[in-house]
Amino acid sequence: MATLIAPDHPSAVEDAEALQKACKGWGTDEKAIISVLGHRNAAQRKQIRLAYEELYQEDLIKRLESELSGDFEKAVYRWVLDPADRDAVLANVAIKKISPDHHVVIEISCTRSPEELLAVRRAYQARYKHSLEEDVAAHTKGDIRKLLVALVSAFRYDGEEINTRLANSEANILHDAIKDKAFNHEEVVRILSTRSKMQLMATFNRYRDDQGTTITKKLLGESGDEFLVALRTAVRCFNDPKKYFEKVLRNSIKGIGTDEDALTRVIVTRAEKDLKEIKDLYHKRNSMPLEQVVAKDTSGDYKAFLLTLLGKED
Amino acid sequence: MADLEALIKAFSGIGVDENSLISILANSNHEHKKSLRKGYSKFFIEDENGFERLHQSTIKNLKLEFKRFRDAVVLSLLHPWERDARLIEKAMKKGPRHYSVIVEIACTRSSNELLGARKAYHSLFDHSIEEDLASHIKGSERKLLVALVSAYRYEGPKVNDDVAKSEAEILSNAIKNADKRKPIEDEDAIMILSTRSKPHLQAVYEHYNKICGKTITEDLEAEGILKDTVECLCTPATYFTRVLDAALTVDADEESKKALTRVIVTQKELREKEGYVPNKIQGILTGSYKDFILGLVARGEN
Repeated sequence: MATLIAPDHPSAVEDAEALQKACKGWGTDEKAIISVLGHRNAAQRKQIRLAYEELYQEDLIKRLESELSGDFEKAVYRWVLDPADRDAVLANVAIKKISPDHHVVIEISCTRSPEELLAVRRAYQARYKHSLEEDVAAHTKGDIRKLLVALVSAFRYDGEEINTRLANSEANILHDAIKDKAFNHEEVVRILSTRSKMQLMATFNRYRDDQGTTITKKLLGESGDEFLVALRTAVRCFNDPKKYFEKVLRNSIKGIGTDEDALTRVIVTRAEKDLKEIKDLYHKRNSMPLEQVVAKDTSGDYKAFLLTLLGKED
Repeated sequence: MADLEALIKAFSGIGVDENSLISILANSNHEHKKSLRKGYSKFFIEDENGFERLHQSTIKNLKLEFKRFRDAVVLSLLHPWERDARLIEKAMKKGPRHYSVIVEIACTRSSNELLGARKAYHSLFDHSIEEDLASHIKGSERKLLVALVSAYRYEGPKVNDDVAKSEAEILSNAIKNADKRKPIEDEDAIMILSTRSKPHLQAVYEHYNKICGKTITEDLEAEGILKDTVECLCTPATYFTRVLDAALTVDADEESKKALTRVIVTQKELREKEGYVPNKIQGILTGSYKDFILGLVARGEN
């Protein structure tokens, strides 16, 4: 369930005017920006952008980019974009890093629906004049490249049909590959990157029933083996995305320092989807509400914005 | 006699001359037909039990020729997405000799047309194309074919010439090292051919020509569907001309003849080309099939 609190019929024109008022003159009224944008869903935000463009002949996003700064600006920027465009930006940022963030590419490929992933690929082309797969291919090498390109190129069958005999035989293939430590086995990439999600779940369940332990546990190994890590991430994303996101959040705020990129990414991309369940999982696991830890680990407008998206009542 | 000549002619082209057959056979009595059979040595053999028996292979060939019009009609009626999805599924099932059809579709359709075919495939077969290809094909073609059908290529004109040049060199090396590793299994070659935009690949084609003094298709002559891939992506007109030429000859095999239907029905640009196809068609096609194909060519639109 979403954590976003948004009214049913806001006025896009009024919202655009409120935002313009917040941005004009010296300084910026960040509270006003948060109170409008932090309470609008994707469709409403799109209407606001259109209204703003029409009223002021200016791109709201560019305006916000120039008025805001730091982690707050990054979070608002990502929030205001259309979901597909946002994922395209996240993927591009992840790919272009000196040491690419493979897990972000995997996360997007594996937790979005087939249609959503298709929309991301379209948005990516429109923005970057390259296909997503060619940029992934150009910035990675070896077995990781094979896996990532295959994952982003997939257009999986979205139905409920599963073939139990196939689940059985492919669970065996995965078992053999893991046993022989031949993780870069072509078959592993084939199965993970082409089968439908329901079929993969059936396969993982079969694996667990046959082996007495989950495939994710079996894939735990040296963190130095980046391919192994990537495989495990993909499997975890398919198997239980909410659990996966809870862990990303947990890791982003635990210990010294905060990984703002990860924190922002999960909250912004899941606030309209399943952040409520992820929050509940976090609370159960850590005996503390997520908001409490976020409040402790972040500050200022960035903190206020995140808490708003997390469902804080004004 | 005149009827025998007409009968042989009715069965001699691609398709069958239905009108001719009606006028020869509909009113033909027992004796007349017997004399036709006795004269038609290509189709009938004198059986030891005292009758003129039809050659076994003729039954199969006749079936194919009668079916040609029907198949052309159905193919042209289908939504392009369903058409491409069914063509791919059939080609996959028929085996390696038919994989060039998969290449043809994956590489000559626009990004959105290919996407549409993938969606139609979901609806028709409850699987994705890539999962079926990947689990069905075991040989060296698998990686390339799965990658080609999964592509969603950028369709803008922007090309990075330096990258195109270096990728031409990568392809050249892959081909030079053919004795160590089959070019069709070269990961870099597959990445380039399956992810880059078509304008980019055309630039790669030009650079390859400059670097090696030969076109990449010439150097890939022995490499089967890898050659088809490059041809379809970089010089599709050449590819389609080659396929049509092979179909419109006297001794064309069944695959080439099927290609004729497929290419004419799916390629409207070709149909707009003056002269080439209509002239050759008149001589080699016959009957309703000929009329239908000529009609498609004349209209020049989908």
